[in-house]
Amino acid sequence: MTLNPDAKMEETQKGAEVYNVDPLIVKSHYEIDYIHSYAQDSEFFRALGKKKLMGSKCTNKKCGYVYATPRGHCMICGSETEWYELPNHGKVHAFTTCFFGGEEFLSETPFNLAMIEFEGVNSLFMARLIGADAEDLYIGMPVKAKFRRNQKFSPTDVYFVPDVAKK
Amino acid sequence: MSYKGRDVYMVSGGVTKFAKASPDMDFRLRVKKAFDYALNDGNITIQEIDGSVASYFSDHFQRQLMAGIMVNDYLGLSPKPSKRIEGGGATGGLAFQTGFEEIASGRMDTCAVYGFETMSHVNTWKGNEFIALASDTNFDYPVGGFYTGYYAMMANRHMHEFGTTVEQLAKVSVKNHGNAIHNPYSQSPMKLTVQDVRNSPMVSTPLTRLDVCTMSDGAAVAILASGEKAFEIADREGTKPVKIASIGTGTDTMRLSDRPFGRVPLLSNEKESDYKDLKYPGIHSFRAGRTAAKEAYKGAGITDPLNELDLVELHDAYTSSEIQTYEDLGLCKYGEGGQFIDEGKSELHGKVPVNPSGGLLAAGHPVGATGIMQAVFMFWQLQHTVKKHFKDDTLQVKNAKRGLIHSHAGTGTYVAVSIMEAVQ
Repeated sequence: MTLNPDAKMEETQKGAEVYNVDPLIVKSHYEIDYIHSYAQDSEFFRALGKKKLMGSKCTNKKCGYVYATPRGHCMICGSETEWYELPNHGKVHAFTTCFFGGEEFLSETPFNLAMIEFEGVNSLFMARLIGADAEDLYIGMPVKAKFRRNQKFSPTDVYFVPDVAKK
Repeated sequence: MSYKGRDVYMVSGGVTKFAKASPDMDFRLRVKKAFDYALNDGNITIQEIDGSVASYFSDHFQRQLMAGIMVNDYLGLSPKPSKRIEGGGATGGLAFQTGFEEIASGRMDTCAVYGFETMSHVNTWKGNEFIALASDTNFDYPVGGFYTGYYAMMANRHMHEFGTTVEQLAKVSVKNHGNAIHNPYSQSPMKLTVQDVRNSPMVSTPLTRLDVCTMSDGAAVAILASGEKAFEIADREGTKPVKIASIGTGTDTMRLSDRPFGRVPLLSNEKESDYKDLKYPGIHSFRAGRTAAKEAYKGAGITDPLNELDLVELHDAYTSSEIQTYEDLGLCKYGEGGQFIDEGKSELHGKVPVNPSGGLLAAGHPVGATGIMQAVFMFWQLQHTVKKHFKDDTLQVKNAKRGLIHSHAGTGTYVAVSIMEAVQ
């Protein structure tokens, strides 16, 4: 038995960051690392390191839907899909230039986002488009995929540039 | 799907003034203020409430899990039944429909649906990051993680498909900020010109700062009841309840990139030949919005929306999405949304006023409260009590008998449409 009425919580030098007194507003910090599994999407991220852009294709012969952004199962018929290498050349289906962004990407602004369409593929792929300013972008613009040498295992390991002859 | 259940009515509502930040109240007190307003206005006692539905979007914004039960507890509704509903931007509309289902099923005779969001605990850019986590975190978020960017691409495609112009988008901003001048609950009342909208800082081409809604703190409460209970409550105050004639809900793929290029699900006033060459929905239209509208119109027996609706409160998080939504709701054909605003049809004194409250752009968008705010404003419109609640009757739509509320999530992933009708 250690019943101690003189027990005291330890005093520390840590304080609070106070923004306002009435109402009382203090800083509250939060940070976390996730152990994120790409699970059935893993092959897409691995393939980027081999300079391959992988989509997926429905294995049901009656369906055969072709996805530019891969998914493990077909949204049309529910069948399993198989990996499929996309062409490296596509066209801009829609675009924007972001001058602001979420905090994580704010320092990268301005950047271009584009939805890319590929010949014979039923769905689109969202990517960064570099090597063109806001006023250079247009729907139907031919673009080609390029790959980062040092992989970050992020979908930005692939990006697109204008598909034009070098100057 | 067919709907068989009891009739459901809205009997009272309350909203707090939406603001960029209101640190003097936490989310519990904010809901309490709106809840007490609703109880008081409807002359309803808390003992009469059978249960509740909590509506809030993000656990990140407050870093408080189970915030719903904290509100339920603070209001004094425990130990009565309650649940939390979440579906991104459509959270409020989905929660309102869940309250409808609680009454329609016969489980409850009265249900309080309360919504709230406190977005001011983080800065605007962190807030944008949190919202962007509501996009696929394998493929979409890491590419640029910014919802305005996603909507800008959709707007860009809508302009390409249909010839919609940036001036037409700007007119939506001018209209909604202008309407909000007469709504004392609104966050951003402003008298603007098209030029003001175009001259404001570019956020994501073609959308400027004034084409985009802001972050808000706010709460809203809707009290729903069965027919018998609704008329008993209304008799006390000599007021009238408002019937919730039907609900409709639609969904779409999380990723914008997965949207198919198929055929338009036709409304009864449209023909296959109207859309011969249109690949639908692509990224220019919201299939979930059309699906929700179709179900709601069927339930309410609406075959000609433009002529059978007196007003609409829709989810204008972006000016472009208001124009896209005119088309999804069949207020005009696909491709005619730009012309619809040009012709002034959605203006306060137009054919069918859209967002007379100021909408999300100007009234505000505290996500979990937003869809319920729409229900409250629509309730007051159909009760013809706008003057009483706003101390100004400029926004009262004369002869308003039937209205539509539209709540929308993600890049159009969940959409909830409900039809409300004045009681004769």
